[in-house]
Amino acid sequence: MNKESIHSVNISIPKIDGTGLVLGRPAYTEDLAPQDALVVRLLRSPHAHARILSIDTSAALQVEGMACILTWKDVKRIAYTRAGQGHPEPSPHDKFILDEYVRYVGDEVAIVAGRDLACVNRALSLIKVEYEVLPAVLDFEQAVDNPAVVHPESDIHEMFPIGFEPKRNIAAAYSMEVGNAAQVLEDCDVVVEGTWYTQAQNHVAMEAHTAFTYLDLHGRLNVVSSTQNPFHTRRLLGQALAMPLRNIRVQKPRIGGGFGTKQTIHVEPYAALVTLATGKPAKITLTRKEVFEATFTRHQMRLKVRLGAAKDGRLRAIDMQVLSNTGAYGEHALTVFMVGGSKTLPLYNKVEAVAYGGQVVYTNQVSAGAFRGYGAVQGNFALESAMDELAHRLGMSPIELRRRNMIGEGQTSEVFRIMGEGSEGVEMTIESCKLEYCIQRGKELIRWDQEPLVRQVAPGRIRAKGMAIAMQGSGIPLIDMGSANLELQDDGFFKLHIGATDLGTGSDTILAQIAAEELGVPVEDIVVYASDTDHTPYDVGAYASSTTYVSGNAVLQAAQRMKQALREAVAETYKLRAESVQFRDGQFYDEQGKVITSLKQFSFDTLYHNGASMKTIATTGSFSGEKSPPPYMAGFVEIELDTETGKIDVIEYVAVVDCGTTINPNLARIQVEGGLLQGIGMALCEDVQYSEGGHLLTNSLLHYKVPGREDVGRLTVEFAESYEPSGPFGAKSVAEIGIDTPPAAIANALRNATGVRVYELPLTPPRVLKALRAAGK
Amino acid sequence: MMITCTINNEKKQLEIQAGEMLAEVLRRYGYTEVKTGCDTGSCGLCTVLVDSKPVLSCSYLAHRAEGRSISTVKGKEKEAVEFAAFLTAEGADQCGFCSPGFTLTVLAMREELKNPSDEDIRHYLAGNLCRCTGYEGQMRAIRKFLEAHHE
Repeated sequence: MNKESIHSVNISIPKIDGTGLVLGRPAYTEDLAPQDALVVRLLRSPHAHARILSIDTSAALQVEGMACILTWKDVKRIAYTRAGQGHPEPSPHDKFILDEYVRYVGDEVAIVAGRDLACVNRALSLIKVEYEVLPAVLDFEQAVDNPAVVHPESDIHEMFPIGFEPKRNIAAAYSMEVGNAAQVLEDCDVVVEGTWYTQAQNHVAMEAHTAFTYLDLHGRLNVVSSTQNPFHTRRLLGQALAMPLRNIRVQKPRIGGGFGTKQTIHVEPYAALVTLATGKPAKITLTRKEVFEATFTRHQMRLKVRLGAAKDGRLRAIDMQVLSNTGAYGEHALTVFMVGGSKTLPLYNKVEAVAYGGQVVYTNQVSAGAFRGYGAVQGNFALESAMDELAHRLGMSPIELRRRNMIGEGQTSEVFRIMGEGSEGVEMTIESCKLEYCIQRGKELIRWDQEPLVRQVAPGRIRAKGMAIAMQGSGIPLIDMGSANLELQDDGFFKLHIGATDLGTGSDTILAQIAAEELGVPVEDIVVYASDTDHTPYDVGAYASSTTYVSGNAVLQAAQRMKQALREAVAETYKLRAESVQFRDGQFYDEQGKVITSLKQFSFDTLYHNGASMKTIATTGSFSGEKSPPPYMAGFVEIELDTETGKIDVIEYVAVVDCGTTINPNLARIQVEGGLLQGIGMALCEDVQYSEGGHLLTNSLLHYKVPGREDVGRLTVEFAESYEPSGPFGAKSVAEIGIDTPPAAIANALRNATGVRVYELPLTPPRVLKALRAAGK
Repeated sequence: MMITCTINNEKKQLEIQAGEMLAEVLRRYGYTEVKTGCDTGSCGLCTVLVDSKPVLSCSYLAHRAEGRSISTVKGKEKEAVEFAAFLTAEGADQCGFCSPGFTLTVLAMREELKNPSDEDIRHYLAGNLCRCTGYEGQMRAIRKFLEAHHE
């Protein structure tokens, strides 16, 4: 590609919806709900596991303004999954919209709809439910073959073999091995092993999950929702409500953050049922407490890692055995688990043997689901912590150990072929990987060689550095697909209709940039409309770091086809050969370089002036990746530890990222900065605690600490010069990679500071202090 | 009960329920630019200016607004447009859900603090959470916005 021709990509234009949102224009689901929509709320279980013996709604129904109350007896019993994934879903169909059994504190018991919030809240307090409380599974390490069974019912199923054994509290299981890991480990000069634990982090998207529903003129169910994937939502709703998909339309307006939690239908079926039952518009918005107690978390995991190496630092074997807690329902159970290996193990592709396996178990706790990082952050914490332990044992610099063993351009890993998401993966040779540069540059930026790794800066205050490297992916190859429609409009602008779903990341903007770049027109001439199942082409939605790469390639293809279609149309009009017509800078040229016509003139001609040959010029692009080129990153941190309190402060976090071409460098940078802070939150403060009875105690922003702007020092983000040949204009995706390294890098810095390794997240002051005291520090 | 107050420079009479918070009332009356995010006064999304001071409208009893002047981001549109240019130039608007409340706090800070340091800025804005940006982009935008105003 000619570099001079680039004028719309690799440029930091503002987000096309930015100013309107800052000014508070009505743009989000709740802003757009009809004023007369019924208010819907859910009665939720106070018990971790119980059978509903009776529900008395008679007093509640007397409340003035009540429209309807639905219980499990009113709803068709259809096992489905709420997970917005490809089809068939790799998640078990183990959820009912309402059920006779409740499986965690927060599970849905009844749907209550009325005129306003006050009457609905009054009615909620008047519903009398009699429960038979059942024994609950509240420790995921005790789940397998526990006498208490979370899902004893027989009418639930897997869509294809995922190791589903609900009678044993196993939602999914998996194991793979290349070579013989045990044997190689036995033969290694140095073996390190450890067991790491990660917590059930909450997404805390600032906008709570929300939806409103209504029946349109044709009696079709319209759903407007804060969803990350409108097309999956339509499919899942059709399944759960036993409705043909032609009768459902799903739209996503602007959305206040997702991070994975809105990849799932947490609210849509409840509003829909009220609309179907009453014929009236209905809206539902969760409270923050409900978001914590009754949406999704990151999968809590236990990761046992064994690494074996030769004395010279050659990594020879990795064995990772994982137990993952999916909570009450199995959404994303298998796939998150697999990413724990598939997006960490290939980092070290030269090993003689690698093994990965384990189980995903049901408990009577908040369900886990998709969350930025999607297993890779858990796997990274364990693997990259173990790598540092290995470096200590070998007496080697952690940087040199990684350099010696990490993946590079032109290389592959068996793991790519073996592990996909729920099924086999795809073979892939890495065409862009600037990890070496990322490490070198990150090392400079954090002053790794210029300052001692550990230094006392005041009595009881130690500064120390640590690092980790990471990889992620760019979409799910051969499973996830995105499409785009381009259509020429009079006055020479283009409509770009995309099924892709901008969560606030700016993907509508970067997709417009890609179209503008290929067409050679200003970005303003690309008018984007997105995320509406009636009016935009299919796209899987925003997850798995797919939009830039998958949807971006679809847009690129649509634009390439548009260029060709325009040349053909002009050729037809002017009786020329299509090959002789050139299109650039909004003009059509003949072989002599003479202007034939302008895009603007031709756009009027084709719609108004060309008589019998008038036509709409429209093209479609669709893309499904044959591979998932990983973005890479090196993360370096400097922490300051207070040895009296165990408190860790991040002084600086340096991220040097290879995501190929940055279509919009500012937006890419913010993706990384935001990911880093969520990773730092997971590492340090986002603690999850349950009561003995299984009630989530950390269920508000008072009790669950997300990082504020005073909590973290400097975040420094740079990008490597990199070009991914299979990506649009050389781009890979960048949404998740930033979150992966902080837990390991910070734990490694703590280890460097004190000699003490803390194996469990988050590294809160009490936990750190306890570990220091136990080690006699 | 009825209260009388000024909202975005317009005199308004509002019907409120006892115990109702200002955020609920404002949204009910169509001021949807006022967002809510936490129910516990922890996130800053619902920030409005009451007599030019930022308050959390989710935990500010509506009846206290009697006789006062309330401004949502729409009431500060000129200044908000100016700030939005800096925020969006950094890509730090992101999902935008926290932006109206955050923007009002930034505008109040500009009035209240003379030549604030980075530390002062972070402290003043500590109550405005953002889950998208990591705050750095917001800081870059604020610094440039304050510098531009200074010149």
